[in-house]
Amino acid sequence: MADFVPPPLWPEIGLEPVPSPEDGLMAACRPFVAAPAHNQALGFPGELVEDWETRAVARLGELLAGNRALRVYLDACVGCGACADKCHFFLGTGDANNMPVARQNLLRAVYCRHFTPAGRLLGPLAGAGRLDRARLDSWYGYFHQCSQCRRCSVFCPMGIDTAELSMAAREIMNSIGLGQKYCNEIIGKVYAIGNNLGLPPPALADTLEGLEEDVRDESGHDVRFPLDVRGAEVLLVTPSADFFAEPHVDGLIGYAKVFHQAGLSWTLSSYASEAANFGLFIGSVEQMRKIALRIRAAALDLGVKRIVFGECGHAWRVAHAFLEELAGPFDFLDPRYPRPQHIAEITADLIRTGGIRLDPDANAGMVVTLHDSCNVARASRMGDEPGGQFTLPREIVRAAVPRFVEMHPDTTHDRTFCCGGGGGLLTDDLIELRIKGARPRMQALKQVVEQDGVTHLCALCAICKSQFTKVLPAYGFDREMMVSLHQLVGQAIRLGTSSL
Amino acid sequence: MAAELAMAAILVVAASALLVGLTLRIVLYARTPAPLPLATTPAPTGRVGAALRVGREIVLFPSLWGADKPLWLAAMLFHLGLALVLARHLRYVIEIPPAWVVALQGPGQLGGILMMAGLVLLGLRRTLIRRVRKISRPTDYGWLLLLLLIGGSGLAMTYRWHTDIIGLKAFLAGLWRLDLVPLPGDPALIAHMVLAAALIALLPVSKLLHGFALVFSPSRASPDSTRLGERRHG
Repeated sequence: MADFVPPPLWPEIGLEPVPSPEDGLMAACRPFVAAPAHNQALGFPGELVEDWETRAVARLGELLAGNRALRVYLDACVGCGACADKCHFFLGTGDANNMPVARQNLLRAVYCRHFTPAGRLLGPLAGAGRLDRARLDSWYGYFHQCSQCRRCSVFCPMGIDTAELSMAAREIMNSIGLGQKYCNEIIGKVYAIGNNLGLPPPALADTLEGLEEDVRDESGHDVRFPLDVRGAEVLLVTPSADFFAEPHVDGLIGYAKVFHQAGLSWTLSSYASEAANFGLFIGSVEQMRKIALRIRAAALDLGVKRIVFGECGHAWRVAHAFLEELAGPFDFLDPRYPRPQHIAEITADLIRTGGIRLDPDANAGMVVTLHDSCNVARASRMGDEPGGQFTLPREIVRAAVPRFVEMHPDTTHDRTFCCGGGGGLLTDDLIELRIKGARPRMQALKQVVEQDGVTHLCALCAICKSQFTKVLPAYGFDREMMVSLHQLVGQAIRLGTSSL
Repeated sequence: MAAELAMAAILVVAASALLVGLTLRIVLYARTPAPLPLATTPAPTGRVGAALRVGREIVLFPSLWGADKPLWLAAMLFHLGLALVLARHLRYVIEIPPAWVVALQGPGQLGGILMMAGLVLLGLRRTLIRRVRKISRPTDYGWLLLLLLIGGSGLAMTYRWHTDIIGLKAFLAGLWRLDLVPLPGDPALIAHMVLAAALIALLPVSKLLHGFALVFSPSRASPDSTRLGERRHG
């Protein structure tokens, strides 16, 4: 990562110019290709198959027949360019193929060539083109420069979601043996061990015991971190980064304190010790289902009544929107509660009803701003009302800290910018992309740091937390600025005391 | 009557291509499974709300408003102008036009100008803004040119080379009865009709389909209604 500099930050949002698109600036930026063993563990061909072009076109045809979104989105683009300056990766890199419509057109060209009369007749005049080696290379490069954050879909007058197209392209590449190492290796670990980090059950048990000791020493309270406890009320499914990464683990401590104080019996599962579902990132419903079924199996095995998800953006998308379709029916759970729930819903409700008390003075000196994670903001909901995914986390932050500050409205709520590491890009072989892609968020952060004295950046997504911890220093910020939502809760919660 | 026969054939082929093509596309969209809900959130939690969301997008372009206000203006000028022009044209195909069609004749003329203004702005944008130029395909310019020619020939007949509108109406009325009536031979009229027929015929197999595609666009049309369970948290 030595041969590039992070793009400069301007004093205020809106001053920075939109880059003039140039070809090929990021052409060399591509993640490591998966080894045969990584692909085969998921049932994909180990290496690029001989007749890859034919098989890729055939796979595209199958996906078109099974996914209305793909078909409609490939047809509907008028090339108006409304999306062109909305992607953090374009804003951060200036590479022409990182304009969402240009990225889509890499796939649309092949669709036109093989599935539309205009493309068959007019060829390049209609933007059609074969999936030759050069195009396959640009697919691999640029469909791994999309974090599937859906920001473009907010602004597209037809609602075209580039995420769907990049997922389809990755699925097609996997089907011909061109997988991405990071995602495929991780999914393999979930199948073999149970979580993305490859943390085996005994190590997980050790970690949780250690946390119990830490919390006892720090707070004097006997807060439990139960694992595989049959008959618990709640199964907590959380990203495995919560088990030891910073500041994720402080979030896990926060969940445990909330459950403790609310008197809810809960457990983690060593079999479903992962909320993340990278099947989404590689566009494979099959893999997504296999991973989701582990959660179902764990819930049945432990006999829980409720499933609650920890802080993980795309996991909450899969849970909120897809879980019933992928792994349902969840009719064995308590029908009085949403299936599944987000930990923030539980915490916000306990704060409202007085079930837990937060003391903002415990976080004295903190001025906190909130990063809306893309999959929470644009692909899910919390609570009963649309937009609850924005209000609930804010209610919690406001209750937990002395001062809360919003970033620029063009960078929050459903207009939030991706952290730059989502969608299966959180790997060091893409560090240049990650740093450049973080620029729009860093720009907004710089403004509130300088104008409002913001000291901490809060997020409720494991990928956001890892990504920011890594890229904050590249923009001159302290990595310790990054906090988990439930870290703030854990620090502010009054344990043991009567609620009045 | 060779010219009349050719024009009749062109119109019948174009109308059939539109009807058949559009029906096939819509059936294809409707039949293609959408197993996972893909709404861009915040989204309405019910079907009615989702339908209203799509309706608003079709009429007011709120997403585009949020994205790019000059582009919204150009797009609105063009589409609103086109809608007025199409309403005005009903006079030529309905023997005794209803009062609202008659009332829209004046606004319809204005619509022609709005539509052309919108097209010129869209064309300027496509050629002058580098990032829009970068993403433009030859056919994108082709559609603009085709629409400009259709609009231009129409405006020319409105303001400069008036055509025999009674004769045109008689020709179109004759088509319904499978009767060939002489067609006024003005070049502007012939060009206008042939180009419009080409546009109509190609609509179902081109990006001009986008309005119909929007109805099926999962990010807008699907409700956020999948989560089960009573509305109780705690």
